[in-house]
Amino acid sequence: MIEKQESIIIKTLCRMLVPFVQMFGLYVIMHGHSSPGGGFQGGVILGSSFILLSLAYGIDEVKRRFSLASLTVFASLGVFLYAGIGVLCVMLGGNFLDYGVLPVDEPRSMGMLGIEIGVGITVMAAMVSIFHDLITFE
Amino acid sequence: MRYLHLVVTGVTGLLLILGSLDMPGTGDPNSPASRHVSPRYIEKSLAETEVPNMVTAVLADYRGFDTLGETTVIFAGAIAVLLILRTGRKED
Repeated sequence: MIEKQESIIIKTLCRMLVPFVQMFGLYVIMHGHSSPGGGFQGGVILGSSFILLSLAYGIDEVKRRFSLASLTVFASLGVFLYAGIGVLCVMLGGNFLDYGVLPVDEPRSMGMLGIEIGVGITVMAAMVSIFHDLITFE
Repeated sequence: MRYLHLVVTGVTGLLLILGSLDMPGTGDPNSPASRHVSPRYIEKSLAETEVPNMVTAVLADYRGFDTLGETTVIFAGAIAVLLILRTGRKED
């Protein structure tokens, strides 16, 4: 069990760092189809920001903001989003995960962005969920 | 009998090393891996998928079904850890 950290240096530094880490994680996910990065990498960066938060402020503070049950929901939601885009393509008359039929501008690019977001949500939630399970296990 | 494991390991390792001698050099443009699908991805991926990042084009478009499996594996890993470590405790 990780106890609440009393050092003001660690707490202040983490508080300053976490927004930038999260912003960078979102950037890596959103730019996954035009620059190096993608859902897996961005999800890990996003998840590590929550792990940093629980290291500095204690697990209870993070649990107060979102429960462990919601992490499982998020992990399922990411896979659902991915498979849902695939099924949507089938419904619109294409093959499974054939983004060309989506009714948006640059459909292939947008379809890829959609599944990268799904991957990112799943990776983030799975990482934080595993971390929480491991450190709260008695 | 005592040294049987050592002999088996040594022979297997030797066979693997012998097999790896036939492998093409790193980055060899004439190796089968560089001649088969790579040129097609390099030439056509921008026109076909509209994204400048070739790696993502292969990962998310040409092999989208594979990536769906990868995501499911990560999800299954989280669920497995949850089932093993989070039993019999009250959710707080």
